[in-house]
Amino acid sequence: MTYIGQPVKRVEGADKVTGKAKYAAEFNVPDLTYGYVVSSALVKGKITSIDTSEALALPGVLEVFTHENRPKTAWFDMNYKDMDAPPGSPFRPLHDEKIKYSGQPIALVVAETFELARYAASLVKATYEQEAHETDLEAHLAEARDPAVGVASLLKPPPPKPRGNADMAMMAADVSIKARHVHGPQHHNPMEMFATTVEYGKEDKDGKPYLTIYDKTQGAYNSQLYVAQIFDLPFSHVRVISPYVGGGFGSGLRPQYQLFLAVMASKALKRSVRVTLTRQQMFTFGHRPNTVQEVELGASSDGTITAIKHDAKAATSQFEDYTEVVVNWTGMLYDVPDTTLTYKLKPLDIYSPLDMRAPGGVTGDHAIETAIDALAYELGMDPVELRLKNYSEKNWTEGDKPYSSKELRACFYQGAERFGWKERNPEPRSMKRGHNLVGWGMATGIWDAGRLFARAEAILTVNGKLRVSSATADIGTGTYTIMTQIAADTLGMPIEDVIFKLGDTEMPLAPFQGGSMTISTVGSAVKQVCEDLGKKLLKLAGKDAKSPFYDANWKDVTFFDGELRLKKDPHVSMKLVDIVALNGGRAVSETSTSMPNPLVSGKYSKHTHSAAFVEVEVDEDLGTVTVKRAVTAVAGGRIMNPRTARSQIIGGMVWGISSALQEDSKMDHNYGRFMNHNLAEYHVPVCADIHDLDVIFVEEHDDIVNPLGAKGLGEIGIVGMPAAIANAVFHATGKRIYDLPITIDRVLY
Amino acid sequence: MNPFAYSRPDSIDSAIDELVTEPAAKFIGGGTNLIDLMKENIEKPSRLIDINRLPLTDIVELPDGGLRLGALATNADTAYNPLVKERYPLLSQTILAGASPQLRNMATNGGNLFQRTRCYYFYDTSMPCNKRKPGSGCGALNGYNRIHAILGTSDSNPLTTCIATHPSDMCVALAALEAVVRVEGPNGERTVAMADFHRLPGNEPQYDNTLQPGEIVTAIDLPANGFAQHYNYLKLRDRASYAFALVSVAAGLELEGNTVTNARIALGGVAHKPWRKTEAEELLVGKEAVAANFRPVAEKLLEGAKGYGHNTFKIDLAKRAIVRALTEAVTMQKATPQ
Repeated sequence: MTYIGQPVKRVEGADKVTGKAKYAAEFNVPDLTYGYVVSSALVKGKITSIDTSEALALPGVLEVFTHENRPKTAWFDMNYKDMDAPPGSPFRPLHDEKIKYSGQPIALVVAETFELARYAASLVKATYEQEAHETDLEAHLAEARDPAVGVASLLKPPPPKPRGNADMAMMAADVSIKARHVHGPQHHNPMEMFATTVEYGKEDKDGKPYLTIYDKTQGAYNSQLYVAQIFDLPFSHVRVISPYVGGGFGSGLRPQYQLFLAVMASKALKRSVRVTLTRQQMFTFGHRPNTVQEVELGASSDGTITAIKHDAKAATSQFEDYTEVVVNWTGMLYDVPDTTLTYKLKPLDIYSPLDMRAPGGVTGDHAIETAIDALAYELGMDPVELRLKNYSEKNWTEGDKPYSSKELRACFYQGAERFGWKERNPEPRSMKRGHNLVGWGMATGIWDAGRLFARAEAILTVNGKLRVSSATADIGTGTYTIMTQIAADTLGMPIEDVIFKLGDTEMPLAPFQGGSMTISTVGSAVKQVCEDLGKKLLKLAGKDAKSPFYDANWKDVTFFDGELRLKKDPHVSMKLVDIVALNGGRAVSETSTSMPNPLVSGKYSKHTHSAAFVEVEVDEDLGTVTVKRAVTAVAGGRIMNPRTARSQIIGGMVWGISSALQEDSKMDHNYGRFMNHNLAEYHVPVCADIHDLDVIFVEEHDDIVNPLGAKGLGEIGIVGMPAAIANAVFHATGKRIYDLPITIDRVLY
Repeated sequence: MNPFAYSRPDSIDSAIDELVTEPAAKFIGGGTNLIDLMKENIEKPSRLIDINRLPLTDIVELPDGGLRLGALATNADTAYNPLVKERYPLLSQTILAGASPQLRNMATNGGNLFQRTRCYYFYDTSMPCNKRKPGSGCGALNGYNRIHAILGTSDSNPLTTCIATHPSDMCVALAALEAVVRVEGPNGERTVAMADFHRLPGNEPQYDNTLQPGEIVTAIDLPANGFAQHYNYLKLRDRASYAFALVSVAAGLELEGNTVTNARIALGGVAHKPWRKTEAEELLVGKEAVAANFRPVAEKLLEGAKGYGHNTFKIDLAKRAIVRALTEAVTMQKATPQ
């Protein structure tokens, strides 16, 4: 049986739908206490007084922590830097009287029950001294400056230096277009609110406690590092467990303030503490940043793009330079000699932005891919044809590296075929259905296919079960299932005999789940460790001189159906459970490390690609836009599990619809505060908004990205959708709507 | 959420007595809005008087051909009630355009009348709001007011300014149907016309309705005419379901041939109460039911409308929605995505 490539059902599915799968706020420990966060009403200034007496007077309230009485924590900024921290000085909860953004935590009430803590929190009264604040990016664009460079820049390279002379080429171009796009902020809003349960364990001889921390995170080791550094605890004292994540989308890439507060309170009170944020408080930390982009394209009349200028200015906090790759994609998709790509930041009185599904990619793609559509209209060319004409075979933003694989052409052809693109009348306003205008639009998508370092452990138990583990996360992408498939195939075992575990710092190190890198990174480690375990088993099987495997080398054998077999004579076999029995009653285990070989992979540019085709209906009298159907064709290397893969792409497409038509964190700049901070008013699609979605995976072979030939699919599904929808709205109405989301008021006025 | 007492009276009289004795108490029916408001520290009742045991769940026919909707009948039971579907399809359609199935299963008809505004500033206790905290100001007036009112607002005195809207869908249809709210209180029973039940903010934006202290809604009476042949509820919102109306229109028409003999139009999402104007409706009587005759009606209904920046688009959108709603009420072909 081969599992890779099969639509294996989620191995943890039954646990999730029956409630057996536990999330961070569901781990019950004895004598638990409950923390509730008090949030700042002010955006900038300082707390002049904070009165906790009324709260403390309530029986059952244990403590109210504020900047005035908080326990001492580490002094240096360095200690507050998690693995995903951008350059700057990380936010420290309850550090001092200063208020840096609206919604900042100013107190933590800890009580014997959640209800009591929540009530007591309502009695904490703060007075403030207000300072002038800046939260409006568009009002301060002129002050944008180059971002600081740090470790994070390794994964997020700044734009390449300009090449050629885009201004001159633009003037010489036969046709040109220019556009400006404003994207509002968005908040991740996973279903599961951020929560941490800290179990206070025994203390060592120096009085330092052992803490078991159930945290909502996309990387257990990241939370461990953060806690150990700040609270001066040895790593051995900090165990972080996070087996299930109720949606991440990037929000769990960095530790959020409830982790700090829960650990602080637990250590100070010597009690187990749980802190859960409210939905409103989910709007008080990282988010997709507000971005303003300007794009100019020039082309010769035959459709050759001759000049590109793409500039992005994004908001960040006053304390960290959070950056995204916004403009580089333009250079990757269109290899044009005269290109200028620029990216700047404007610090504002907000919390630091944070990676959110295809960070920067979905933002930049919307700008460049609507610009390409506009150029196609200027040229009188079909948008697919224009893209094929300017197809890039190499990535000049990475020093002209060839792509390890790029089946984007197949995405265009197959997507267009499935969608029926050739029936399209390019004339805007030419298609109607009832009183609705119908529009067809398309766009290209691109995302990284990166790989990092990871470790994994594999154990074959005495009863012949395989247990594999690595401290990665499964934020819903299908990691549990796919790692199980890889392990089962590598050692030729029935999938029922294989279990994969994740999300625990007692397991071998893996990076946080993000950037669509888990399949490449952890998948490779799982394959590696299973192969290494197989080699150990072969050695064990051939230990005895009489064994048929005595002389056998690794290349001579295969694992199939729970057996080790000789390739040349499959009848010569040994059951794996019998091989373990030769190990003196002990299980056989192995731990391996896996990382890309920079000498090979470093020579290539590694990316996923997609083509999104969308049909919209626009009711022009009333301004409503409905995405009636969409086809996304994806070039994502080898598809490990078509079921979970499709689910990832569908999820990305739905979010693309959300981003294009609905989602927007609305700030009132008078108060510097996000106002629609709940799920009734922060709109994401409901089932009634989602119609016919179709996914195609094109054949793509890639031996470079990793030994599995698979690329991550977590993000590529969203990337092309907003541009394809905006282009479809133009085709329907003849009106370019540059800013997102495209709401009723933007369609009409 | 503040600590509160809880009681569960068995009769309407004892429910009224409890409220009279403890004015800071609140009735709770389905609790779909009140519990949220308590968690947000907006409502802080000293006691919840659970009225779910009162015998107010029936939907019964009235001798004059009308229908009485019990205050404790759920929104879902009302929308799917055969008599409501047959005689008042406008009401059924309207209820189903609101909230979600889960909420409609819990929410009661009486409770629906008492929904509080979804104004962001009302919902956020760190913001000024004259409705939540009289005299504290209005954050919405110069703030992010895309969902706010354009008609009947109060904006001259900073201490009483309020541009909030009433969020209910159901009430918009009830206004169009000229429903009558039945109320009991310490001074006995009385009836309140739907048009007089909710109020404009005026100088007291803290009051949403005209109910007197100690009063309880027992039923909503629907008059015999349900406009069942030509009706429509058109709701424009930012997504296809589970969103409050930016603008909504409840329309009922009676036609002879293609001539209008009777018209009712109520707007939602535009004011502190469902918005009706009988002069606008009268403009239609005796006219042909065509779009050209609907536009003056829309203009009349929006007379005096005022935008506050982000919500100015609602003025024109409402006019467009009125024309579309009436057009579809005539043809009964409802193809507008909403």
